[in-house]
Amino acid sequence: MARIATQTGFADTLGTWKARWGIGRMDFLVPPGLYAIGRPTPDAPVLVTANYKMSYDIVRLTLDSRNCWLLVLETYGINVWCAAGKGTFGTGELVRRVTSSGLARVVNHRRLILPLLGAPGVAAHQVKQRCGFTVSYACIRAADLPEYLDNGLATTPAMRRLTFTLYERLVLIPVELVLTLKALAVISGLVLLACGVLGGLTAGLTAFGAYIGAVLSGIVLGPLLLPWLPGRSFAVKGAVAGLVWALCYRYLTTAAGWSIAATLAALLVLPAVSAFYTLNFTGCSTYTSRSGVRKEMRLGLPVMGGAVLAGVVVLLIGRLI
Amino acid sequence: MKGFRYLKDVATLELDRETCIGCGRCVEVCPHQVFAVADRKAGMVDRDACMECGACALNCPVKAITVDSGVGCASGMINEWLQERKLGRLGGGSCCD
Ligand code: SF4
Ligand code: SF4
Repeated sequence: MARIATQTGFADTLGTWKARWGIGRMDFLVPPGLYAIGRPTPDAPVLVTANYKMSYDIVRLTLDSRNCWLLVLETYGINVWCAAGKGTFGTGELVRRVTSSGLARVVNHRRLILPLLGAPGVAAHQVKQRCGFTVSYACIRAADLPEYLDNGLATTPAMRRLTFTLYERLVLIPVELVLTLKALAVISGLVLLACGVLGGLTAGLTAFGAYIGAVLSGIVLGPLLLPWLPGRSFAVKGAVAGLVWALCYRYLTTAAGWSIAATLAALLVLPAVSAFYTLNFTGCSTYTSRSGVRKEMRLGLPVMGGAVLAGVVVLLIGRLI
Repeated sequence: MKGFRYLKDVATLELDRETCIGCGRCVEVCPHQVFAVADRKAGMVDRDACMECGACALNCPVKAITVDSGVGCASGMINEWLQERKLGRLGGGSCCD
């Protein structure tokens, strides 16, 4: 049986930092199987997690100086929530790991403790039927595990309540930024080129800055200010962030000599760009539904497309007259 | 969720109270406190809070709950749409894909 360390070193911290920025996220595979934390007895609790570096690390560290068993499922380096959605953190894999690790011979109880966010992939009653183990969904955050274990495996209402704090939103942003870099480089390059050809270097650079700012407003500002931006729709929240950006930018770069057409175009295009990126953040949010996002897309995408098109037309007309 | 409300009346969550045996699993797995059990029957106390994760439906032992769950982000859905039409996929978006 592998015994695992419960202290982190520099390499772990660097690993977490790299994972947050999306650098080589797949390098962090923890081999699936049964692990011993401390010196567990056959009565010690069995906790289940994903073989995703961060889930595994957090669980391992919060269980520092305790004795328990850790059953790591093969989720191909993906976190519990996403893996549950895909079904890899699922009934089949759980039953398979319980059987292949010989867990029934290692412990003398029949209880598995799962992260609550694994529930979309695991049917507790089927696990019981297929391998005899009862599933308890403990809590959402690994940080609550010590309290859960100390309370005799009891979940408090707060432990099963999802949150979306400023910090929780903040740590999601780096990956979003890294993932949009390529599209950002291509499109902002095109904006620079097109506006440069149309109105000269100053106009090109001004438009270039305006576009990058709108993307950042959608990716960074929208998510950070989420609860304070008006409306329930992510697209509307993003559009407001983009509008604020457009107005500030217009005011701060007055020296660049904005024409009325350029101002109008900026007010049309920039909020649409931000709206798109904030709408995309629904993928990371902890409270949006598929049906809601579908509705926002059905109503929002044509409006965004229309606004961008209208902005381009206004710019062109501005050049002609 | 405290401080956050998403769109009203869009969730596809349905509960068949006739079938429900009041076991409480749905209350246990829902991260948004959508269900409550009273008099041995589950009820939806905050349907608009549902994020359509599917946990309740999958864990209900008598299949009393249905919900259309799946990828819930814009880029994921655009990719789904593109793939159905074999048009490749879009970059960006760090949600579960
Ligand atoms: S899980 Fe199903 S049977 Fe159990 S209380 Fe909920 S709806 Fe009723
Ligand atoms: S689908 Fe998820 S969020 Fe919606 S009621 Fe069921 S468990 Fe709660």
